[in-house]
Amino acid sequence: MHTLSLEATDMYETARERIAKFINAKDSAEIIFVRSTTEAINLVAYSWGLRNLKRGDELLVSLMEHHSNIVPWEIISKINGFTIKYAKVNPDGTLNYEDFENKFSSKTKIACLSHVSNVSGVINNVKRIAKVAHEHDALMLVDGAQSVPHMPIDVRDLDADFLAFSGHKMLGPTGIGVLYAKKTLLEKMDPFQGGGEMIKEVSFSGAKEQCDISLNDPPWKFEAGTPNICGAIALSEAVKYLQRIGMDQVQGHECFLTNYAIKRMQECSKVTLHGPTDTALKCGIIPFSVQGLSSHDVALFCDNYGIMIRSGFHCAQPLHQVFKLQSSARASFYIYNTREEIDRFIEVLKEIEKL
Amino acid sequence: MSTVDDYVARIEGTCGEEKDIIVVFKYDQKDEAIKRILAKAQLRNTIAGIIMELTFQDVSFRVYTSGKAIFRSIKTKEELYKLLASLLL
Repeated sequence: MHTLSLEATDMYETARERIAKFINAKDSAEIIFVRSTTEAINLVAYSWGLRNLKRGDELLVSLMEHHSNIVPWEIISKINGFTIKYAKVNPDGTLNYEDFENKFSSKTKIACLSHVSNVSGVINNVKRIAKVAHEHDALMLVDGAQSVPHMPIDVRDLDADFLAFSGHKMLGPTGIGVLYAKKTLLEKMDPFQGGGEMIKEVSFSGAKEQCDISLNDPPWKFEAGTPNICGAIALSEAVKYLQRIGMDQVQGHECFLTNYAIKRMQECSKVTLHGPTDTALKCGIIPFSVQGLSSHDVALFCDNYGIMIRSGFHCAQPLHQVFKLQSSARASFYIYNTREEIDRFIEVLKEIEKL
Repeated sequence: MSTVDDYVARIEGTCGEEKDIIVVFKYDQKDEAIKRILAKAQLRNTIAGIIMELTFQDVSFRVYTSGKAIFRSIKTKEELYKLLASLLL
């Protein structure tokens, strides 16, 4: 009942309300604070999946997923014995919708798909897949790590049952993320972890020599222990900042930068771009290779000039197998990047080509 | 007596089929580390003033002036430590 603790609780719950409005959730109780997208997906895997995915059931996922949308499912499929079906990706990096949709059956219990590929930037039509999933009485989990920070998101329009995203990709701090889930699902799901805050009562019965536990309501049922109060409030401030700019503006700026970068990168004869180059199909992520060099050499060279790119598999090894790549370098943009920075990046790329 | 760890902040195995190993030298020791490496390894090429291509004991590697080095053909951390000890100590 301390004044400061009440203020902290108030700010924490206000943060939840702001984030709910940001993605157009019906109710702030549908927002669960977690550590990251990875933890959000793990929460669904363990709290919903362990109880609902049994031998004979099927889970659909695509080959373009980040490992965090593959590994939790593979782990619990080893426990429960359900089948994971992998939908194909076209050679250009776009989702093979026909293959994904054809893999649905009466056995399908959930479809899990990234909204935007973290390797190619390809935007998936998750609304279309959600519709097919619901026609099969299956649920739809959307990995929104690469979409929520970059475009307007309306979970009710997408009709996603679960949406996971991270704070650090949208100007917030590391260690805070969000799981959105429909309230009706949360009410039926088991807790992810046990401890304080997620229970209403723990009463010891001397006669029975045991504790009777009554669980708290969502979202607190899924937030055991002292939450990351600072992280949630900071994420809410980041959301406020993004809302002031407008997510349409954010998307427009990134689209401009991506178009410009693609055009300029195509000037480099030893640079190969992977995935589609049409910005109607993708976000501000450009995977590429430089002839004769490993992606790590390219990244280290850029690092010398203060340019941060990523190299390797980007935690998406199956998609690199689709692209037949040993690894890739990846340039990506956000609202703070400028056209001049891309010009500098191209100058450095042209230096790299001389190696 | 100095050790490899006096110069090396971190050793990162990269992801990707290439299995490169990146050695990150301690910021305040990177100039000394590069000086010691250059005294022992054979400098084959300098690129853009920021990359040095070197060979030592039949192992080719690249050192960046930012204080990082990339090794390709090393299979284990033990093998790398042995090589770094020969280069740095």
